Amino acid sequence: MTSLVPLTVALPFLAAAALAAFGHFLHPVIDDAVALVAAAGTTGLCVALVVGTADAPIQYAFGGWEPRHGVVLGIEFSVDPLAAAIAALAALLATASLLASWHYFDEAGHLWSVLVLLFLGGMVGFALSDDIFNLFVWFEVMGVSAFALTAYRKDEPGPLQGALNFAILNSIGALAFLVSIALLYGRTGGLNLAQIGHALTGPPDRLVVVAFVLLLLGFLTKAGAIPFHFWLADAYSVAPVPVCLLLSGVMSDLGLKGIERVYWPIFSETFAGHEVTVRSILVAVGVATMTIGAIMAFLQANLKRMLAFATVSQIGLVLIAGSLLTADGVAGSTLIAVAEGLVRGGLFLCVGVIVTALGDANELRLHGRARHMRVTPLLFLVGVLGLAHLPPFGPFLGVSLVEKGADSLGWSWLSPVIMVSSAIVAAALLRAGARIFLGLGEPGDPALVSLQRPETAGEEEPSEDAGRSRRLTFMAAPASCLLVVAFGLAFAPDLAGHAIQAAERVVDPAQHAVAVLERQPPPPQGPRPSYSPALSSYLYAAGSVLLTLVLAAAGLHRRRVSRATGRVAARVAAAGADRLTALHSGAIGDYVTWQTVGGAILGGLFALTLT
Amino acid sequence: MSYFPYLVAGLVFMIGIAGVVTSRNLIHLVVCLSVAQSGTYILLLAIGYRSGGTAPIFKGISEKAKTVDPVVQALTLTDVVVSVVVAALLLALALDVQKNEETLDPEELPSMRS
Repeated sequence: MTSLVPLTVALPFLAAAALAAFGHFLHPVIDDAVALVAAAGTTGLCVALVVGTADAPIQYAFGGWEPRHGVVLGIEFSVDPLAAAIAALAALLATASLLASWHYFDEAGHLWSVLVLLFLGGMVGFALSDDIFNLFVWFEVMGVSAFALTAYRKDEPGPLQGALNFAILNSIGALAFLVSIALLYGRTGGLNLAQIGHALTGPPDRLVVVAFVLLLLGFLTKAGAIPFHFWLADAYSVAPVPVCLLLSGVMSDLGLKGIERVYWPIFSETFAGHEVTVRSILVAVGVATMTIGAIMAFLQANLKRMLAFATVSQIGLVLIAGSLLTADGVAGSTLIAVAEGLVRGGLFLCVGVIVTALGDANELRLHGRARHMRVTPLLFLVGVLGLAHLPPFGPFLGVSLVEKGADSLGWSWLSPVIMVSSAIVAAALLRAGARIFLGLGEPGDPALVSLQRPETAGEEEPSEDAGRSRRLTFMAAPASCLLVVAFGLAFAPDLAGHAIQAAERVVDPAQHAVAVLERQPPPPQGPRPSYSPALSSYLYAAGSVLLTLVLAAAGLHRRRVSRATGRVAARVAAAGADRLTALHSGAIGDYVTWQTVGGAILGGLFALTLT
Repeated sequence: MSYFPYLVAGLVFMIGIAGVVTSRNLIHLVVCLSVAQSGTYILLLAIGYRSGGTAPIFKGISEKAKTVDPVVQALTLTDVVVSVVVAALLLALALDVQKNEETLDPEELPSMRS
């Protein structure tokens, strides 16, 4: 099992190198097949690691640089089931993305597959690495390939601007990350996560707090938490659909997994006694991200931009889950990241079908124009129900774990917040689906935000050729696979119990340090906890589904609703929505200012409360 | 060890970020990003510096000789490579923006909102 670990990154990178060198001389079909086999093989390897590490995590030292006398000099990967699950999600989405791009572009070219495989390798490495500078390198590898993929359609204005905002904001985030690494290395002399944590003892001083905040700045920018999310909506709404699948489905979650990756080994012991502070600040960021993302999603008319803000909202949920700093929260955050990542991937592919068939992604302009579609509306509806956490399926399972974690801390107020925000996101998509597939509702709505120019950017003109239905099949088939896996997760035997057990190891840094520094196998765990969602979780989920229906109906008949609620309320809501929309100005300078201010606020809060 | 290098590193970093915020030219903006990145190089090298230390190449000198920390130098080198890739990509995007929009001013680009 240990020898599989390096293969998870070697396989996509070797395939990418081979394709870059020889792809030009081979038949395009062979190129596509090689890329697809590499991505599918990586998926298989990662799934094998999820199963194989259930009893004990694997430490893998590259080049045989095993630690001696409690000192780690080499670069190590640390594979536990939760990290491997995220890597498997990345690989599965990359496979779906390659399959979809096969017919999404007229001529994708072999360089497209090369970039997707590099992106995949970067994400898998980031998910598994146990060395902080190595994490930075993977952060940049996945960043650079993602920038290039976003701007793949560089002849059009939208993708260029989106990719520029994406690249600049993320590069500044990476710089903050690097400064943090320098500070931590200067203090501890170690780069291995467990090594750094072992050297950081006693209460935190200012340097440790600054390093922590700079790390947060880098990772929250990658994840797209508020107020670091501005680039995300721009990039995700202009990138080609097969890229959105990867960006939205897994890259954003990886940013948050990065926080988890460094928090537990490095900071959890030095911050001991301050858990409530850390939890309060991070959960507050998560709640703000979740609610503002949901409202912004509801205000969009463009399906891709709507899904971009849905991503922001769900990132907020994953951040809330991880920031509870308990085993239930960590397990829940991973389950949500995987299940909702697959659901978002499926929804993006449905949007890809709509865009390929009709040449537009605007729900108002597409009003009733997709009445002839049969399969896509069903898939779309399944995805929407996934966003609303329909019990007892995959997304619901993760959310119920988070609610249990919040209850055990006495933070039960989080459950209604999660319910309402998820319902708003699901209602936005349900409203759009009802307009496009069924032709319901008012044909126009001036309150919705339509993009001026880059509306169809990155997309193809609708083509009437005979291959069109085949092209649509190549997007609908992976979409249904992703949704089936997402929903079916709930029926994997005792999945939640396994996740909780794996999370208990993550939240025990002392055990991790012994495993890394002394190479001692972990002590056997007690019996696996059996888990079934609480009744209150079922009620909240049912409430979320009902609220989705109500809000979607209200969105379809907004004029009638605003007449009924009275002019003042409607005007106040419209003014608030305008203000919120105006913040998303598209100007790089504004975004970097927000990023800096956000970092300063976080830094101020932590400095005041931790030292 | 004086605080001076750390002060310089922080200043260079912040000047770079301020340049990114106020820039009206994409190429200027990419250079500002490189300036901010240079701040991180100074920080890394300052952390590994030992006064009176020599280069960490142990051929021909005593193994007990005082040297500066080779690890931060390796980190800086890796970081230089990474930043070159990012800068090259950003400059390529800037070229395409100029080709499509005939401007390099980020504020004159078609906005992403309505």
